[in-house]
Amino acid sequence: MGNGADKAQHVTGHDPNVRMLIMGIIALLSIVAFLTLNVRASWAFTLPFRAEKVLAIVFVGIAIATSTVLFQTLTQNRILTPGIMGFDAFFMLLQSIMLLSLGRIAFVQFNPQVKWLFEVVMMSGALCGLYYWLFLRQKRDIAVLVLVGIVLGVLFRSLNSLIGRMIDPVEFDVLQDLMFASFNRIDSTLLTIAGSTMTLVFVWLWRQRFVLDVLQLGDAVAVNLGVNRRAVTLKLIVAIALLVSVSTALVGPVTFFGILVANIAYAICGSYQHRYVIPMAALLAIVALVGGQALLEYVLKFGTSLSIVIEFLGGMFFLWLVIRQGRR
Amino acid sequence: MIAVQAVNKHYGRHAVLKDINFSLAEQGVTALIGPNGAGKSTLLTIMSRLQEADSGVVMLDGVDVHKADNAQLAKKMAILRQDNAINMRLSVYDFVAFGRYPHSQGRLTKEDLTHIDQSLNYLNLTDLKDRYIDELSGGQRQRACIAMVLCQNTQYLLLDEPLNNLDMKHAVDIMRLIRRAADELQKQVVVVLHDINFASCYADRIIAMKDGAIAYDHPPEKLMTQEIMRDLYDIDMSVHSINDKPVGFYHC
Amino acid sequence: MITPWYAWPLALASLLCLMVVSLLVGVADFSWTVSTVHDQQILFISRIPRTLALVLTGMSLAVAGLLMQMLVRNRFVDPGTTGTIESAMLGLLLVALLAPDLSVLNKMLVCSVFAMLGSFVFMGLLRTIPLRSPIMVPLVGIMFGGVISSITLFFAYRFNLLQSLSNWMNGDFSAILRGRYELLWAGAALTLVGYLAANRFTLLGLGRHQAINLGLNYRTVMFLGLLIVSLMSSVTVVTAGVIPFLGLIVPNVISIFLGDNLKKSLPWVAWLGAILVLFCDLLGRLLRYPYEIPIGTVMGVLGSALFIYLLLKRTQNNHG
Repeated sequence: MGNGADKAQHVTGHDPNVRMLIMGIIALLSIVAFLTLNVRASWAFTLPFRAEKVLAIVFVGIAIATSTVLFQTLTQNRILTPGIMGFDAFFMLLQSIMLLSLGRIAFVQFNPQVKWLFEVVMMSGALCGLYYWLFLRQKRDIAVLVLVGIVLGVLFRSLNSLIGRMIDPVEFDVLQDLMFASFNRIDSTLLTIAGSTMTLVFVWLWRQRFVLDVLQLGDAVAVNLGVNRRAVTLKLIVAIALLVSVSTALVGPVTFFGILVANIAYAICGSYQHRYVIPMAALLAIVALVGGQALLEYVLKFGTSLSIVIEFLGGMFFLWLVIRQGRR
Repeated sequence: MIAVQAVNKHYGRHAVLKDINFSLAEQGVTALIGPNGAGKSTLLTIMSRLQEADSGVVMLDGVDVHKADNAQLAKKMAILRQDNAINMRLSVYDFVAFGRYPHSQGRLTKEDLTHIDQSLNYLNLTDLKDRYIDELSGGQRQRACIAMVLCQNTQYLLLDEPLNNLDMKHAVDIMRLIRRAADELQKQVVVVLHDINFASCYADRIIAMKDGAIAYDHPPEKLMTQEIMRDLYDIDMSVHSINDKPVGFYHC
Repeated sequence: MITPWYAWPLALASLLCLMVVSLLVGVADFSWTVSTVHDQQILFISRIPRTLALVLTGMSLAVAGLLMQMLVRNRFVDPGTTGTIESAMLGLLLVALLAPDLSVLNKMLVCSVFAMLGSFVFMGLLRTIPLRSPIMVPLVGIMFGGVISSITLFFAYRFNLLQSLSNWMNGDFSAILRGRYELLWAGAALTLVGYLAANRFTLLGLGRHQAINLGLNYRTVMFLGLLIVSLMSSVTVVTAGVIPFLGLIVPNVISIFLGDNLKKSLPWVAWLGAILVLFCDLLGRLLRYPYEIPIGTVMGVLGSALFIYLLLKRTQNNHG
């Protein structure tokens, strides 16, 4: 690993750097569109307001895209996503438990930064715990791990329901809103924490970029090449957990979106190296989310249906992937 | 009699079976040999109506197997395929008993019970009959599959590599069983084999396939020659006669 | 494992016991002597129908799960992890939107059609998946169900039916009264059909080639199986809502002890299904007395925990 791996793999003759540049320009255009389309109120108000939203959406897009690509490297499977591990449901359960213990008023007024930090710690701990329990204690099929994750998701949702039944209908409404990802109610105070966390994660990622490429080759090969698989895996999990926490804390549960951007990124990137794929996926996510939100909110005026549309498209795409893999 | 007439099959652009023509008598042991990918399994699958040929027809006693009433056909012809992924939790007895389904649809009569016990006996499974098949070893499971097919008591038996997973003793037992089924019970058994010496020892007729076509169709004495072996398997073998049977050896 | 002679009497006795307990538990003032009209009303309009509904639902869902597992040849499926229930839900929502005055029977029939369509699509999907890991099947099923759910969600969101949707999705027996549960008897009839055709369904479980080899009319039996499963699922969804995991857990537990020969195991699956539903409903009624926790929630928690346990236990042999 060194200079040799620095050279890009030319698949079709188009340099991945060029492709990223093009995608970057498209992303920039969608951001501009979001900021400037259909402005009703004064520019002085609209611009900062929308800029904040855009920043949040960009963060979420990057977080989801990166966490999905990393998760797929971890599981060596292009069909899985962190959402499948029940993270979104766990997040909601945390919210419910806090709501139950604090009561509605205290809950809404709780310091968002502390709340978010607490959520991140819990979610990281959860995934690590799950991984340790299932993966390290006994050797297991990754597919089993994933199915257990899915069922855990159901478990959390049921527990959530249970708690919902024990509190007032009034408070149940507050929870209802949290059940679907919404790009409208983003708390700007979270943005700084989100930003700094992601920076930390990306610094680590950048330094590990070649190890990640090796991980793609599989367990046996990686160990044979001298990679400390267990240690790297652990750190990878923490990174994934942090990123997913960022996105769910900012906008709520998003299950299928990652699969779309990760796979499309691999397809159009022109390289299998993480240092190209991750940025490409992130840019794709920005285009989809910012552009999509701009389209729905300012052109078609649909409001908050973006997440449902995206989840639907992502789910269909997943099915298509499975079918395609079956044909081989 | 089974008549295979002008059967062709391809997967995509790859021709797996090319104009196969032959017929099988009602009694005897026919070995089907040939290198991997020659089309043996596909041929058996098509003969047993589990798959359709692209052209051509397979007639059993004068009736096209695809047009015949399936329930009736199951009493005349049985197939044992290679891929027997049994992930069900059935006892060996229950599993073998299903071989009687074409005859009694699950309501077992005394005659059925006799057949089942006999089959279990032939395959040395009587001690294992209450165990679950998903707990058995590969070889034991293979014998259970053979027992089920035997239990079906059909005139024609098509066995695709039945000796897989079996140690030598059991393999020999099965071949002897096949020979007995043909001689004493007047059945016609078609066996796909990899060991040509088993074919030579126990079969009346050997059909050798290569590249989707029938290359040779002779009794063992005529088929077991050095030239034919080299043509089929691309290996130099020496052929000797032991106890009046031709036996082929590969040695380096 | 040969069941001892006292197994069946014991089983029936325990079922009756639970049913009696179920009759007795409730919020209303109720005296066993059934002397007043008030008592009679409670018994005949509310308690008995509810208990019967519980037994019938438990039986139907468990057997539906068992059949589904034979049809799909996979242990970890039930109508809830194959898109069947989600399709029925979609049907229910569309009925609520387009034809809200439809009779309960017609509602159920519409749901069954949707359920069958969903199952067909799922089976078609399965044919394109290599059976590299048996876990792929329920995974794909859940994803498929998720896709259908998102369609349902979309419509619910647009037409403000989210609250109703989430109520239907959560299995609940508190609204069962005489005159509103009778459809469930169809579930009992279908269970009987399933039992009579048990051998055929076991054969299906052996695989397509083996089934055809033994003279089974594969397509017909497959279709029949899907029909039964769809009808059973729709009947329970329309009457009581979604009760997750029941059809998955019960057959697996019985299979561990009695194997997969349907002729032997189907009656036990039906029994355990009824017992489990009765038990969970009682739990829901007693945990936060006098408040009722819907059975869907209780089953969701209990069921997912049990499923994980079964998953880990029954995949141990396949690995390594």
